[in-house]
Amino acid sequence: MKRKTNKNLILGGLLVGIMLCMIAVGFFWTPYDPEAMDSADKLAGVSFSHLMGCDNFGRDIFSRVLKGSGTTLFVAVGTVLIGAFFGMLIGAFTGYFGGIADEILMRVNDVLFAFPSILLALVFISLLGSGTYNVIIALGIAFIPSFARIVRSEFIRCRDMDYIKSARLMGAGSLRIMFVHILPNTVPVLLSAVMIGFNNAVLAEAGMSYLGIGVQPPDASLGRMLSEAQTYLFSAPGYALFPGITLILLVLGFSMLAEGIREQNQSGQG
Amino acid sequence: MMRYVAKKLAGLAATVLVVSFLVFAAFAVIPGDPATSMLGTQATPEKVEALREEMGLNDPLPKRFARWAVEFIQGDFGTSYSYQMPVSSMVGEKIPVTLALTLLAFLMMVAMSIPVGIFCARHAGGFLDRAITVLNQVIMAIPPFFSGILITLLFGLILHWFTPGGYISYTQDVWRFLGYMVFPAFAIALPKAAMAVKLLRSSVLSEMKLDYVRTAYSRGNRTKSVLYRHVLKNALIPVVTFLGMALADMVAGSIIIEQVFNIPGLGRILLTSISNRDYPVVQAIIVCIAFLVIFVNFAVDLIYKLVDPRITLD
Repeated sequence: MKRKTNKNLILGGLLVGIMLCMIAVGFFWTPYDPEAMDSADKLAGVSFSHLMGCDNFGRDIFSRVLKGSGTTLFVAVGTVLIGAFFGMLIGAFTGYFGGIADEILMRVNDVLFAFPSILLALVFISLLGSGTYNVIIALGIAFIPSFARIVRSEFIRCRDMDYIKSARLMGAGSLRIMFVHILPNTVPVLLSAVMIGFNNAVLAEAGMSYLGIGVQPPDASLGRMLSEAQTYLFSAPGYALFPGITLILLVLGFSMLAEGIREQNQSGQG
Repeated sequence: MMRYVAKKLAGLAATVLVVSFLVFAAFAVIPGDPATSMLGTQATPEKVEALREEMGLNDPLPKRFARWAVEFIQGDFGTSYSYQMPVSSMVGEKIPVTLALTLLAFLMMVAMSIPVGIFCARHAGGFLDRAITVLNQVIMAIPPFFSGILITLLFGLILHWFTPGGYISYTQDVWRFLGYMVFPAFAIALPKAAMAVKLLRSSVLSEMKLDYVRTAYSRGNRTKSVLYRHVLKNALIPVVTFLGMALADMVAGSIIIEQVFNIPGLGRILLTSISNRDYPVVQAIIVCIAFLVIFVNFAVDLIYKLVDPRITLD
């Protein structure tokens, strides 16, 4: 059968690539200082000097979107790293060894998994206090169960396969089997999960910053900009629309990439 | 069936116990002394110590948990630190607001997704199906609070269908309350409906490939009767699981949407309590929502069993 071109993978990769380039540019250079206020330009409309207009303090929205998406991505990366690392460890040990510890951990995991992750993060925020790094920790912990679940089922699938048995016969230790033999085989599934994780992390960060418990002012964050923009929705709709659309493009890119990777895995197996 | 329910109920009780203990322990180990924060910074150490003794804070953790659990079952959720009033009366009047919002959103999601999902599956590959699939992908990427803002802009500020921020309490006028709630509920329902459509579509399509469908066709059934009498029942099984999870997510989603539409529900108190470090309130709300989530999962398991007799006791 002719191999279908994987539209999701290409489009998603392109979208994420463009967004990453913009964020990288915003890291080193923005048209204006994202925190510089200019009272003459309060709520200015779209123009050549201000591509997306200005906010209620006369700050350039385009510069703030660039910086803000960087903050959002930074939180997302941190979150996914924490979630994936600890989720992988827990999933690997429970999946490989099984037993009572597995039973208990998975019971707890089931409950946490069913619990909406943003609420879980809110619990940790109320314990830790707000701020960028606390949001990363809180969301990261909230993301552990979903990664643990995925890695665990992959380990259970692999642990009795022939190549593992032969590795065991050759005298490889459990740790070596787990991390040198099984782990590389979970990468395709894990990669798709990481992309979905990015997708959810961006959404969750934006939600928490919107509620005012995430990134603190004057730092720019897409969610924070949206909550500030809401007051000026009628007089300056662009103030809300541009950060919102950026957010959508970012999420869309990651979700398409996840879908594309999943399709790629299936066609590889089929 | 009774044995199944009994077994599930035992599991339910165990989970409820473990979860509430975890929440209780989490709030018990955080730094900061409730007695000190209630009395303020000027309090003498003797006074703080007396209050600690009176509040039972000097007892070991399991004993405190047991006392808290018994009081919780009796409907006494403790006293708010910052408002000095019983948490149960603070939370009690807000629950109907959030519950109404969540249920409305849930009904909208089901009403939107099931017909559209079936339509897409029947006309798979057609122009409308492809258009809806693309639209779905975009809708799933819109965070609910942003669609809430867009809805405010479109229906509130441009079309004037409702007054943004003009919330009317359900005690004043139930119909106008619901009329206002339609818009936030729509914002919550939209992304979940998109996911449900996608799931239902692929579930129906994969069922259509199975042998029993071919048999049904060979007995002279039309597409319509095969779809509605044979396929749909099986295709809905994964969707039921999703709907259960979505309901739990919607409770969390409503907390954010309440801020967008200025609705004084559970979300509002939860957020102010978090910033005031008013732990009894946060704790009560979190435990209530956790119970709701656990209970919904339990209900989904039971519905599962009813829909699909193939699922056995284990």
